[in-house]
Amino acid sequence: MEPISVVTVDMIINGRPQQYEVEARQSLADFLRDQVGILGTHIGCEHGVCGACTVLMDGVPVRSCLSLAVSASGHEIVTIEGVKDLPLGQRLQQEFLEHHALQCGFCTPGILTTMAHFVAHYPKATEEEIRDALSGNLCRCTGYHNIIAAVSAVISSRHDDAKR
Amino acid sequence: MATSGKQSSQWTGRSIPRKEDLRLLQGQGQFMADIATRPGTKEAAILRSPHAHARILAIDVSEAVAVKGVVSVVTGQDVLAAGARPLVVAAPVPADYYPIAVEKVRYVGEPVAVVVARTRAIAEDAAAKIKVSYDPLPAVLGIEEALDPGSAVLHDALGHNVAVHRHLRYGDPDGAFKEAAHVVTGRYWYPKVSSTPIETYGVIATWEQGDTVTIWANFQGPFSMHPVMARALGIGQHQLRVIVPPDIGGAFGIKISIYPYMVLMALVAKIAGVPVRWLEDRLEALAASSSGTDRLTDLTAAVSNVGKVIAWRMRLVDNVGAYIRAPEPGSLFRATGNLVSGYQTQNLDVEAIAVMTNKCPTGPNRGYGVSALYFAMERHMDKIAALVGKDPAEIRRINLIPHSMMPYRTPSGGYYDSGDYLATLERALERADYDQLRQQQQEARRQGRLFGIGIAVGVDPSVSNMGYIDIVEPPEDRKPHRSKSGSGQGSHVQVDASGGVTITLSTCAQGQGHETVAAQLAADILGVDPKDIRVIGGMDSSTRNWTIATGAYSSRFAATGAVATFSAVQQIREKLLDIASHVFEADRDDVQWVSGRAEVKGVPARALTLKQLAGIAHWDVASLPPGMEPGLAVQTYFTPPTLGESVDPEDRVNSSGTYGFMADVVAVEVDSKTFAVKIHRYATVHDIGKVLNPAIVEGQIYGAALHGIGAALLEEMVYDDQGQLLTGTFMDYVVPSAPDAPDLIIDHMDYAEGSSLTTPLGAKGVGESSTETAPAALANAVSDALGIDINQLPMTPNRLFHWFLQRESLISQEV
Repeated sequence: MEPISVVTVDMIINGRPQQYEVEARQSLADFLRDQVGILGTHIGCEHGVCGACTVLMDGVPVRSCLSLAVSASGHEIVTIEGVKDLPLGQRLQQEFLEHHALQCGFCTPGILTTMAHFVAHYPKATEEEIRDALSGNLCRCTGYHNIIAAVSAVISSRHDDAKR
Repeated sequence: MATSGKQSSQWTGRSIPRKEDLRLLQGQGQFMADIATRPGTKEAAILRSPHAHARILAIDVSEAVAVKGVVSVVTGQDVLAAGARPLVVAAPVPADYYPIAVEKVRYVGEPVAVVVARTRAIAEDAAAKIKVSYDPLPAVLGIEEALDPGSAVLHDALGHNVAVHRHLRYGDPDGAFKEAAHVVTGRYWYPKVSSTPIETYGVIATWEQGDTVTIWANFQGPFSMHPVMARALGIGQHQLRVIVPPDIGGAFGIKISIYPYMVLMALVAKIAGVPVRWLEDRLEALAASSSGTDRLTDLTAAVSNVGKVIAWRMRLVDNVGAYIRAPEPGSLFRATGNLVSGYQTQNLDVEAIAVMTNKCPTGPNRGYGVSALYFAMERHMDKIAALVGKDPAEIRRINLIPHSMMPYRTPSGGYYDSGDYLATLERALERADYDQLRQQQQEARRQGRLFGIGIAVGVDPSVSNMGYIDIVEPPEDRKPHRSKSGSGQGSHVQVDASGGVTITLSTCAQGQGHETVAAQLAADILGVDPKDIRVIGGMDSSTRNWTIATGAYSSRFAATGAVATFSAVQQIREKLLDIASHVFEADRDDVQWVSGRAEVKGVPARALTLKQLAGIAHWDVASLPPGMEPGLAVQTYFTPPTLGESVDPEDRVNSSGTYGFMADVVAVEVDSKTFAVKIHRYATVHDIGKVLNPAIVEGQIYGAALHGIGAALLEEMVYDDQGQLLTGTFMDYVVPSAPDAPDLIIDHMDYAEGSSLTTPLGAKGVGESSTETAPAALANAVSDALGIDINQLPMTPNRLFHWFLQRESLISQEV
């Protein structure tokens, strides 16, 4: 068997600079869970459809199951553990709590990271646009309705803030 | 039982934020993949069959064993040599089922070998180096093919592919058919669908002292599988500890069928001599975890001249896949008590057949056995309506059981304790604005648009009777003293010396908010804030009180675990009052519980708080009433009193503890170019007794409806004629995403306190609910829109286009 190459990666994870030795073939999701030891990033399909593993790389949602840890070197990663420190992160979490926007909670980390990016970039999004933005995150429990309501509430609260 | 539904309800019945969410929103849940393993735990990867049906000629593991980092490679023969016994099946047929292929493979994805290595990646690398020689055999895939005696046989010892064949008769169906003004026949196909929880299976197995094993798994129960697992492992039940983590990432019935993998990993850990962890990947899950059956239904109704169904003749054929894995053939019999759904029919003739084919084995899936039944029945009701010239709403009014007949005994033994089915239907029609929809339809049709309206109603069974599966054997073959009944669920409540309340559940929740609801119930009884009550989820078979019915499946918490918890907390309060009355030297009847403390009636100054009383129970035995045990903990069990009997000699059984009712009214528009179905309006009204937490109930209905909508429009496990799975990824097995999900108009019938005769809290199950009616409601709506008789799901645009073309060509031929 070919020797497995090991690479040094440097990245900022949830605000903290980190350095690790990783196998070149290791996915970002496995790296975060198995090496860094933060377990909020969930693996649901490992082929980029379900969205549970979504993290932010330099502020943009990426599938950590389809990204390699080495590809994240030199970048800034935010996982669910860091969502609370994002501009609208805590408000999203609060609206999810109040709207019963999660049941089993397994898909929730990927939805929160995806939506944290969305609400920051689309402050005037319509319900249809929210649905579209959510279409890359599968949830089998909620029927999506309350997730959309929670995200809508964050967006409309931004409007209220703007009016003040 | 000392419980009573009367209780001050400051918390119960409200949508309080869930306790679970605080951790889940921060990524701090504890799912199976998050459980810390013992040092030395190795990772497993499974080599799976690429053939649907083949004999295994040889397995060469030499290259795999040589891979650096590999600990062990285990095959079916190794597992046999280690003393594994077949997993017990409910059907009395010689079709041995092991958790790994022995001699033959019978579906694509069946485990053939397990590699244990330092990392999962190494284990997968090594698995690719195992050489298996197969002698491929013809694959049997379809139901009719499986019934054909000329087809290949999966289980040689059986000699054919029929696992179960029962004929059930209730009332006088033959007489009714002689009297019938009309006889209406139909044939319906329900697809093989899987609820695909986003968290896949996970198992950790570790042996201690050689003869006891601990298995962690995201297993949802029922713990009737616990003796099955112990037996397969050749150990006593007390030697098998099953621990379920506090968080399970969705289950929907699918995580019942993880138990063969729990056995497999325990065997592998034993052979390899190390603790072993296996985390299923999505491709494995789609190919080889579980799904519901594909079901062929032949339905014949004897109908009176006014449109009343006086008898049903049903032939139900379930395709259970390669093995009849317990709890199958539950799919055929889960609905025994509610075979007539909400209709008054008293005459029934049921032929129930389970066949085995070279597809993945099946098991419970949300709406177990009921979605397929109601799809056929509710499509059939529309056909009957058309035949006798009635509106689909009217045909249901004619046939539904009126409120005045409650409680109602169905011919097959179901006991419907309460419910107003007609009023529920009327409310749904009203909430959907049915008359307005019909006008809108006329307008749309004038414009050449394909607009349709569908109705489906159904009795929603929850809390399965452990005894219903006895019906698989004819009465004369049932063994005396071996019958099963009831549906017991335990709970445990402890108050510590500082007055802190801890509820320990054993219900294996998967997102239903059990921790929150348990805290709400307890908060009302003790007069404390739910935030101050700790609730421990998950399950541990060695330390918690449980029965074989334990778990979260068949929508059982509200009517079992919640009641057991309620009862335990009430008993705690009784003990606190006993202590207070002794301390105050007051008559027991003069001491009452008010706002979280015991006080002497009329003398509020004479009071002891929960904390003070708990302190006495723990610290000061001398102050306790004579003979009272120290400490403050209660464990309880609850089973619905109506589940006291197994199947009777006439094959009648009350198969469920509660029966809710729902009516769905849906309007759709089918795009005349793309044949995509757009849901225009969806109203669903439920009669489920008392609602313990409205937000949780609404969330269950939303989720349940979308599972039904998925089966109606998108989902199907598709195999080619060689038995290769064509829907092996989430790109091909398409589940609903946010743009597919409609807004629902949800309403509930009011609950009259005390009207449920089966559960003290008055709450019925709702977890499956519209999964059972949505497929039929949508098929009725799309049939209405296109003017065709739809008898097969899912209604993909491609299929609709072809069915519509067939109709057009038939019309043009008639012209």
